[in-house]
Amino acid sequence: MLDDLKKLESEAVEHIDSTTTTTELNALSASLLGKSAPINAAKKQLGSLEPEQRKDVGRALNETRNRIVTAMEDKRALLAAAERRVQLEAEQLDLTEVPTTTSIGHAHIVTQAWEALEDTFIGMGYRVAEGPEVETDWHNFDALNIPPGHPARDGFDSMYVDYGKTGSTLLRTHTSPVQIRTMLDQDPPIYIVAPGRVYRRDTADATHMPVFHQIEGLVIDKGISLADLAGTIEAFTLNYFGPGFTSRLRPNYFPFTEPSAEFDIQRPDGSWLELGGCGMVHPNVLRAGGIDPEEWTGFAFGFGIDRLALMKFGVDDLRELYNNDMRFLRQF
Amino acid sequence: MQEFAPITGEPEEIARQLTDLGMVVEETSVVGASLDGVVVAKVLELAPHPQADRIQLVQVDAGDGEPLQICCGAFNMSVGDLVPLATIGMTMPNGMEIAQRKMRGELSNGMLCAASEIDLPETDYDGILILDSSLNVGQPLGEALNQKSDVLFDLDIEGNRPDALSIVGVARDLAARLNVPFTQRSPEFDESSETTETVASVTIEDPVFCPRFGVRVLRDVQVGESPDWMQQRLDAAGMRPINAIVDISNYVMLELGQPNHSYDLDKVPDGSLVVRRATQNEELVTLDDTKRSLIEADGVISNIAGEAIGLAGVMGGQSTEISTETTNVVVEAAVWDRMPIAWTARRLNLRSEASTRFERGVDPLGIERALDRFAELAVEICGATVLADTIIAEGAFNPTEAVLVRLERINLILNLDLDASTVVSILEPIGFSAVDNTDGTLSVSIPTWRPDASIEEDIIEEIGRHYGYQASGVRVPTPTQAGELSAAQRSRRKLRRAFLTNGYSEAMPLPFIAQSDLEHIGSSAEAISISHPLVAEESLLRPTMMPGLLKAVAYNQTHRIDAVQLFEVGKVFLPGGEDLPEEPEIVAAVASGYSPSDKAAEQAVKLIYDVAARLGLTGLTIKNDSVEGLHPNRSASVTFRGRVIGAVGEVDPGVSEQFGIAGRVAWLELRTETILAAMASTPKYTPISRFPSSDVDLAFVTSTDVSAVDVARTIKKAGDGVVQSVELFDVFRSDELGHDVRSLAYNLRLQASDRTLKEAEVADIRNACIEAVSKAHNAELR
Repeated sequence: MLDDLKKLESEAVEHIDSTTTTTELNALSASLLGKSAPINAAKKQLGSLEPEQRKDVGRALNETRNRIVTAMEDKRALLAAAERRVQLEAEQLDLTEVPTTTSIGHAHIVTQAWEALEDTFIGMGYRVAEGPEVETDWHNFDALNIPPGHPARDGFDSMYVDYGKTGSTLLRTHTSPVQIRTMLDQDPPIYIVAPGRVYRRDTADATHMPVFHQIEGLVIDKGISLADLAGTIEAFTLNYFGPGFTSRLRPNYFPFTEPSAEFDIQRPDGSWLELGGCGMVHPNVLRAGGIDPEEWTGFAFGFGIDRLALMKFGVDDLRELYNNDMRFLRQF
Repeated sequence: MQEFAPITGEPEEIARQLTDLGMVVEETSVVGASLDGVVVAKVLELAPHPQADRIQLVQVDAGDGEPLQICCGAFNMSVGDLVPLATIGMTMPNGMEIAQRKMRGELSNGMLCAASEIDLPETDYDGILILDSSLNVGQPLGEALNQKSDVLFDLDIEGNRPDALSIVGVARDLAARLNVPFTQRSPEFDESSETTETVASVTIEDPVFCPRFGVRVLRDVQVGESPDWMQQRLDAAGMRPINAIVDISNYVMLELGQPNHSYDLDKVPDGSLVVRRATQNEELVTLDDTKRSLIEADGVISNIAGEAIGLAGVMGGQSTEISTETTNVVVEAAVWDRMPIAWTARRLNLRSEASTRFERGVDPLGIERALDRFAELAVEICGATVLADTIIAEGAFNPTEAVLVRLERINLILNLDLDASTVVSILEPIGFSAVDNTDGTLSVSIPTWRPDASIEEDIIEEIGRHYGYQASGVRVPTPTQAGELSAAQRSRRKLRRAFLTNGYSEAMPLPFIAQSDLEHIGSSAEAISISHPLVAEESLLRPTMMPGLLKAVAYNQTHRIDAVQLFEVGKVFLPGGEDLPEEPEIVAAVASGYSPSDKAAEQAVKLIYDVAARLGLTGLTIKNDSVEGLHPNRSASVTFRGRVIGAVGEVDPGVSEQFGIAGRVAWLELRTETILAAMASTPKYTPISRFPSSDVDLAFVTSTDVSAVDVARTIKKAGDGVVQSVELFDVFRSDELGHDVRSLAYNLRLQASDRTLKEAEVADIRNACIEAVSKAHNAELR
């Protein structure tokens, strides 16, 4: 009986060794270990043996079966690995063939600068105010201490539109009317910035466009002084442009602020950039906004967004911003 | 400026102070310095260069009597001529250094100069400047020509500082800053016994228009050239010397800021000047030889016969112009109401040095000094005899009242701690006399040359300007509110991001269009027109975003870029409000270059769902609809919570063609207002069911005018909370199915949150869904 088992085992191992695919091996598994397999037939004969003998043969049977199973598993691992190798060899996918172009859209650089400016001021505690692009001349001029006939009205090269009373409606020449709307709309303290689109009667060239963008800041609170304005401009300079940049105020003239100043930014290389105008809100402007200049004081500032966008990316022609050329837009 | 104040210091430092006072120095240059190192040399001998035709060898005497060889490329001088020699070691204005050098083997010991090379007035001949033969050989040229080296500051003066449009005004401000005395001496000259009144008179008919008007009369005037010093100064200030009288007039204006005008007395009958408003269509030939047609708002100076002889405050008339034959002169200095001068100058496009000053405001009390200064110079330069007395005609001039200024207010606005005496000491040197009322206030009188100042804040600005803005220090105010975007502003950013992540880049077309653009898109929209547009293509404010974006597609296609995906967030302008138009904000997108072309519109629809998902909105959906400008069978309106807020689909190929676009173009537009204002619904957590799910596929044959979105919604509703999702996975059309119908196949996932669904239950729900769809959409299960 034990000799038979030896023979059975050596034959089984021989069969296992001779298989070349996992499919063959699976088929063989049924004939070697299945119900009608010789080893199972041998098991049935155990009952006819003496108890003593039965124990020995039984153990031998189990050991033989285990060895066949092990041999089969070892072979299966070998075959599976070989088959996987063949499969992988056949599966060619060169990942460098994937197109390198992306389909992502690009935000306009004016929007990028606009949002970055908003974020800077939000970080300083400001909220963002908005207003219409077509304005009454009251909001655009009168309320900003530029009464009819004031020479400053001339300097704005306004674009009037045919709406309402003749000469009363125009495309806003600056974002400053948002100051008036905000003051009329909300009680102080006021801390806002107002980015927006503005219009001037200009023929397009490398440095002029009839449409461009500005951001305006307005602070109205108790005891606001020129020092608060200078400190705010300096804090903005550091936050927006980065370390090494600094600012200065120098006297200037705007009808809507008094005292007025121009603010310049000094780059780390020492060069200056004239950025915008600012000043203490003129009492007439506060009054137009329904605010008592004896109780509240404030400052305002404003500058162009487009120019910052151009400078940041080294664009030298303002018209590029409005051509909508995909080759331009995709660069940023 | 040194004639008025002992201003000294490095030009850079002075420039810094001027800028800090609000008179921005655009450029600092040195005039006359280009003559340093140039001497008067005499040509001794001219000989050809042995090696070069275009150069000759010139022997000159540079003052030591010895011949000095110079190689020179000009041939216009003769032996004996005096010429400027740039000596070795000097730097030319163009930066070239003069050194001894060899030119084709011959030594050159300096350079003979043309006028332009040493910044002297151009000559009317080419070549080397030939100097006056009376000059001394070897003398430095600057000395010989009596030209002094000066520093020229080019200032940018703001509109509120007419006083600084003069040397004296700038000197006064700068002297105050530098803490040096400012003095203005009175002009000195003798007057004849003849009085001005006997030969001239002035009548002001409109006293508001002309607050003050003064004249002086000069006799025996010799109108020659003005002296070198005056010509050099005028030249430095950018004014061309003309003749002595005109030059004196300009010089007085530059020095004192008071424009003035000279008439030939013999061409003014009786010497009578009448100041009045013009009559409609009155004509006047101005000094620039141009016939001007006037309106009633203009002001003129007319003669006694009623003929206009000058355009008030803007330009003189030709009929009384000073010529070299003139011997008797009436000089006028006046001030005018600011606005009419500005309007006249603007209307006639005739901005002059005079009108610029008048429209900003000239010192009404500066007239006498200006006339006296004119007389003084005319005596000195033209040998004039000055008649006794000045005629001053008074109009409606009212000096500004003193302003009450509070110390507390000064210190609040400027963040300073000034006392009254400091304030007085700051204001006095610039002509604001201040009286300390000892109750914390000062009474400040405003000088007549500062028409811009009238209220407390104006005085505070002057104090700040002179004390220095930097002295106020820096402080950052701290708002108690948190800085943040509003909910709508946050949503707008998300909206942009939805387009960006879908491959759309952001465009910014100009919001101006032409009437033909509206016709091209077949729009019936009414557009608001721009008054007096610069170009016809930009004569309307857009009532729709379509023309701008279609033009952007066309622009790219002409540059060989077919795949264009652009979006824009911006306003359109519609008639509506009483005072102002309506300005709804729109987000619009175009896409071209898709293959197959009908995929473009599909992509645009997908965007809508992305926008809804990003903004956390429910209720944003589409409905097949015909839309202006879009393909009649490939368009839908977009609705949000029952209201139409936009459109999506394919641009009508006929419209694309009008804009020169090849291929199909997808279109999407949404009014942002309602979706940005809608509060994003905060998603509520639904526990994930632990029970198994079952899938059911249903295909319906429906009429093509049934909305697939609606069918899905019907299924979902009929699913009674058990249908978790409905996805359209196939659309099928065929001849066998029939015309005008198509099959819509949906995959339904069924799952209950509290139990395993039994087969019977699944079957019930399936039937309920089929029945609902059949009933609602007249559909048949396929």
